[in-house]
Amino acid sequence: MMTHKFSIVTDKLTKRFGDFTAVDAISFKVEEGEIFGFLGANGAGKTTAMRMLTGLSLPSSGKAVVAGYDVGTDTEQVKKSIGYMSQKFSLYQDLTVGENIEFYGGIYGLHGRQLRGEADAMLMRLNLTDERRTLVNALPLGWKQKLAFSIAIIHKPKIVFLDEPTGGVDPVTRRQFWTMIYEAAESGLTIFVTTHYMDEAEYCNRIAIMVDARIEAMGQPAALKKQFDTHSMDDVFYRLARKAARTEM
Amino acid sequence: MTQFKAFIKKEFYHIMRDRKTLLVLIGMPIVQIILFGFALTNEVKNTVLCVADLAKDDMSQALVAEVNASKYFDVKYTIDNVEEADRMLRSGKARMVLVIPKGISYDLRHGHVATLQLITDGTNPNMATTINTYLTSIVRDFRTHHFGKLELPMTIVTIPRMLYNPQLKGEYTFVPGVIAMVLMIICVLMTSVSIVKEKELGNMEMLLVSPTHPLVVILSKAVPYFILSLLLVTIILLMSRFVLHIPIRGNIFLLYGVSGLFIIAALALGLVISTFTNSQQVAMLISLMGMMLPTIMFGGFMFPIENMPLPMQVISNIVPAKWFYYAINDIMIKGLGIEAVLREILILAGFAILFIFISLRKFNLRLA
Repeated sequence: MMTHKFSIVTDKLTKRFGDFTAVDAISFKVEEGEIFGFLGANGAGKTTAMRMLTGLSLPSSGKAVVAGYDVGTDTEQVKKSIGYMSQKFSLYQDLTVGENIEFYGGIYGLHGRQLRGEADAMLMRLNLTDERRTLVNALPLGWKQKLAFSIAIIHKPKIVFLDEPTGGVDPVTRRQFWTMIYEAAESGLTIFVTTHYMDEAEYCNRIAIMVDARIEAMGQPAALKKQFDTHSMDDVFYRLARKAARTEM
Repeated sequence: MTQFKAFIKKEFYHIMRDRKTLLVLIGMPIVQIILFGFALTNEVKNTVLCVADLAKDDMSQALVAEVNASKYFDVKYTIDNVEEADRMLRSGKARMVLVIPKGISYDLRHGHVATLQLITDGTNPNMATTINTYLTSIVRDFRTHHFGKLELPMTIVTIPRMLYNPQLKGEYTFVPGVIAMVLMIICVLMTSVSIVKEKELGNMEMLLVSPTHPLVVILSKAVPYFILSLLLVTIILLMSRFVLHIPIRGNIFLLYGVSGLFIIAALALGLVISTFTNSQQVAMLISLMGMMLPTIMFGGFMFPIENMPLPMQVISNIVPAKWFYYAINDIMIKGLGIEAVLREILILAGFAILFIFISLRKFNLRLA
């Protein structure tokens, strides 16, 4: 089986809404522990692709295997093996740090001593032990983001999907966030991240660029730059995106 | 189960943290009960009356004294000629002018027909009719008191007797109405807004990506509001019993049972609204304009449905609050048993099933 080495394997994964093809037969593989960047202009289909991979949406045709489970038939198993964090903070602002951890732990089935242990360890790691009873609302943005990421992987998933996780965040905080992502990847976690920032694309092990529902380019950032004979990731993206027939969905 | 518990706990945190909303939710029924019970009443008291006493004898003075003694009238002005009556009414000083003609004592003592004239400000027809009736009955009492009953042979006399609400108290119809309205606001408005809020903040996605069944997400939203609603029903019932002194005649369990059914239907309606929109404002608008207005218009407690034109009566049938109001009225005020409200119970159950069906379908469609 190939799937134990790869965290995500898709084969001609397609999503159609009536006449409109949002994702057109994309095929790619993501290795375990890899940081895989998923780029594309708005409307290129990356959100739809991600929704299929996270079990929110069923493929119209083709196949995707995530963490060893088919997203079309084993959706429940897929959901248990993945973590998710989106651009908008998924933490509840009117709940305390501790309550947020408790809640998200709870929905992944953690309870009792196990949940408490996990929560204590996380707070210690994030240096937030003193803020346990603080409303999330009152935390600085960078802390919130770290907390959100830690909560997204509280159930120790094999893969974590990050949907534009650093949207609207200042460069320093973004930098810190990526440090955390690297640490997580070193421990064997696969990271699947969508982003608009080209400097972030450089942080990824490999990236795929979607244009008009297809993957137009895929590879290591350095290799892609070489292929397009340019020094900046921005340029690569711009040349590909310019070919796009459609922009906004 | 762990998931469900985590969700319920979270919802209660949300409700308890939002102190202002909670205060409004609990304060609203209390204020409404007090308003409807004490301030808004159909009775017209202390009407300012102007008397044109042209007779000026013991009889006329005794009549004026008796009118003045009643709680409904306050004789503030006296005039000497009828021409001035128009001025009194026009200037708004008095609402009614009582004209006692000369020779009234003579007519009464000799068994002639005695005529009094009532000139009433008719700008508010309801009020005018009401005060006319009050004054007429005072005059009738006065005559009976002084001259005994006029027994005419072979007359048919109707003796009206008001059942269930002998004093025709307005509060009797308001209490079930307030219950219907409050439940509608809490269940429909609060549920739809709290679900849409999760969508707006992007939390819904996170929840749907988790292994939690969507049904758990939705159900856990409904449970806290269900409990809160029952608590408010209790507050309203206690207040109406001990503050307004309205007896609860029917079976209390039946009352709660029907309320529970209506709450479920209303919660499901809130879920339906939440599946149609992603913005809190829209959800709030739909809930308030689309649900509250029909509830007040067609609920039956503000405007009697029997008096409406036929098309309106037909429309009123699709307003759940109407059936709830009918049932609560029958149980609470009339003290009827389950067999009397079976139709209402079935209709409410039908609404609940319909709304749950629609919301689940819409919810699943989103996931496909």
